[in-house]
Amino acid sequence: MSEIGQYIFNGLMLGMIYAMVAVGFTLFFGVLDVIKFSHGDMLMVGAFAGLAASMGLTAAGLDAPWAQLLCVVLFAVGLTGLLGAGIARFLILPLHKAPPLNTLLATLMLGTVIREAVRLFYPDGSNPKPFPALLPTASVDLGGFALRVDNLMLLVAGLLAIGSVHFLITRTKLGMAIRAVAQDGETARLMGINFEAVVLLTFALGSGLAALAGIMNGLYYNEVNFSIGLLLGVIGFAAAILGGLGNLYGAILGGFLFASLQVLGSALLPALIPDVPSAYKDVFAFAAVIIFMAWKPTGLIAEKSSERV
Amino acid sequence: MFSRNTARAGAAMLAGAALTLLSVPAHAKDVVKIAFIAPLTGGVSNMGLGGRNSADLAVRLRNEDPKSKYTYQLVTQDDECKPNVGVQVATKVAADRSIVAGVTHYCSAVAMATTTVYNRFGMPAIVWGAVLPDVTYANNFKEVHRVNGTMINQNEVAAKFMTGLGYKKWAIIHDTTDYGKGHNKYFSDFLVKNGGTILGTFGVTADQQDFTTELTKIRELKPDVIYFGGLTPLGVRIRTQMEKLGIKAQLQGTSGIKSDAYITGAGKELAEGSLSFIEGAPWEKLPGGLFFTGKYNQQRYSEPAEAYGPFAFAAANLIMDAVEKVGPDRKKVLDVLNKTKDADTIIGKVTFDDHRQNIVPLISKYVVEDGAWVLWEDSSYGKGKRKLAGL
Repeated sequence: MSEIGQYIFNGLMLGMIYAMVAVGFTLFFGVLDVIKFSHGDMLMVGAFAGLAASMGLTAAGLDAPWAQLLCVVLFAVGLTGLLGAGIARFLILPLHKAPPLNTLLATLMLGTVIREAVRLFYPDGSNPKPFPALLPTASVDLGGFALRVDNLMLLVAGLLAIGSVHFLITRTKLGMAIRAVAQDGETARLMGINFEAVVLLTFALGSGLAALAGIMNGLYYNEVNFSIGLLLGVIGFAAAILGGLGNLYGAILGGFLFASLQVLGSALLPALIPDVPSAYKDVFAFAAVIIFMAWKPTGLIAEKSSERV
Repeated sequence: MFSRNTARAGAAMLAGAALTLLSVPAHAKDVVKIAFIAPLTGGVSNMGLGGRNSADLAVRLRNEDPKSKYTYQLVTQDDECKPNVGVQVATKVAADRSIVAGVTHYCSAVAMATTTVYNRFGMPAIVWGAVLPDVTYANNFKEVHRVNGTMINQNEVAAKFMTGLGYKKWAIIHDTTDYGKGHNKYFSDFLVKNGGTILGTFGVTADQQDFTTELTKIRELKPDVIYFGGLTPLGVRIRTQMEKLGIKAQLQGTSGIKSDAYITGAGKELAEGSLSFIEGAPWEKLPGGLFFTGKYNQQRYSEPAEAYGPFAFAAANLIMDAVEKVGPDRKKVLDVLNKTKDADTIIGKVTFDDHRQNIVPLISKYVVEDGAWVLWEDSSYGKGKRKLAGL
């Protein structure tokens, strides 16, 4: 029983991080119809920015965990948001009229550039780095399954973040502008919406969310390394496709679905077939995604294409 | 006018000739190229860079030596710890006839894949860090030598030592590369022979992030020790996630986690008490080891030498010694290297057996104490002042 509780909780935690990455993919695809493959690496940049901020604060003598956490989040989200807007301004918008394949390739390469840059220029960047434990580490015992307070807080923080993005998109003027651009950029422009500003803001928003996911990832595992973004990017993308690219709910659903596939794979595979180690969990999860895509090519929640033509 | 010009030209020519003559001693030495191949990027690049710096140090010291007959040049290549990339760069190096020999590979999977390349091109190679026995023993390629020991000796000592301490029950996590599988196989064999019990074995991918599922199961199994057969990045993750799940078992690693990066990655507190086993005498204690660390620090490399740096240093020196003896000829160098017996190096005497595997009689046991890897015998744990988990 305690095992199952642990699996479910871990699945929720992974799902939250995947969903936050997937929401970014979906936002970018929504406004510009682009797939930004460097998105996973933005998460890594966010985690490293947070780490650097935390080390700087510790060096400056500010040790209070709450103040530090706040500064870490603000700095990482701000920096990564700026970087995301910069990438949109100088790489993605200029390529907007080019075939979509160009954007895909350019961002794929940009991901490698970002990854290697962190590895080379962050001091001792090729080694795994310990991420400070800034949350309380108490745990509540629920019948053999230890529910850690910090994990619960991370889960709530993730829910809040996704909730506020949802609120922003559906209830605010900016959200309306984003939705208008997503539906039809040309018409939105004619209606007096500053197309470029909306695009840049959307990219900043998606990248900031990725940075937050990066910090959550760091706090959850207490460890970051320069290559975490690679697989998380692919998983986030798969989750966005799984849910239906361009749809916010789809991305969230896809994130949790992928996480449950992974946990199911790692828990069930070795139990059912003794010779198959849990190392095959990604094979299992991605194979399931392939089968799913053959069944429902548009994803769980299909985009209403008529809305956007 | 004419004659004056002639005189000038003559003087210039004379001066030129004189300059050439003067510079002769400095340039007379032929340049001999030696290859160094290791993972210089990616998760285990700390090991590769430490090895590269160490080989570079050997070359620098030799070039400073006025008695050496040649000027040596190190050609470095990055195998990224990936077999396909390794074969590519190994072929590039081996096909270049100006390169006499190579100090090659840290990752076992790569070292394994490239043996045929060196054999085909007839290039002598000395492996400096890969511990899979098959690298030297699966084939009989005259070209492939190895200065470091294999994981067989390492795990034999580890199993005896751990059961000797009184541990009974193990859970094994290993990565599913040849390297991790090899560790699992040899350790399991020796553990059962020594009376230990294996409660469960978990194969994981070499770049896995999340170990919650595996560790949750292990927690239910209640082992005394978690044995981990793999490299530093995974070791760090497993150690930190063990803590998250409240697993109090002792972590026993292999030579794969004996790096400074393991301690900085997991943090001083969590790394405390982790064990690792590595072939060779504790080089910090040898006179050659002190010489090595002294010279290494003088060069101000930005990365530490790590556990296998001295092996790369010794391998480069063996090659240069052979070149000094018979000249930069692959065949002749190969003959000399094949017959290496009781060669003095900073890692102790090097003798190659019939499979050109260095016979390393000694295995050193290390434990993390106060943020550093300390030789077991010298540690507070070894002296009984501190206790490992579960003892």
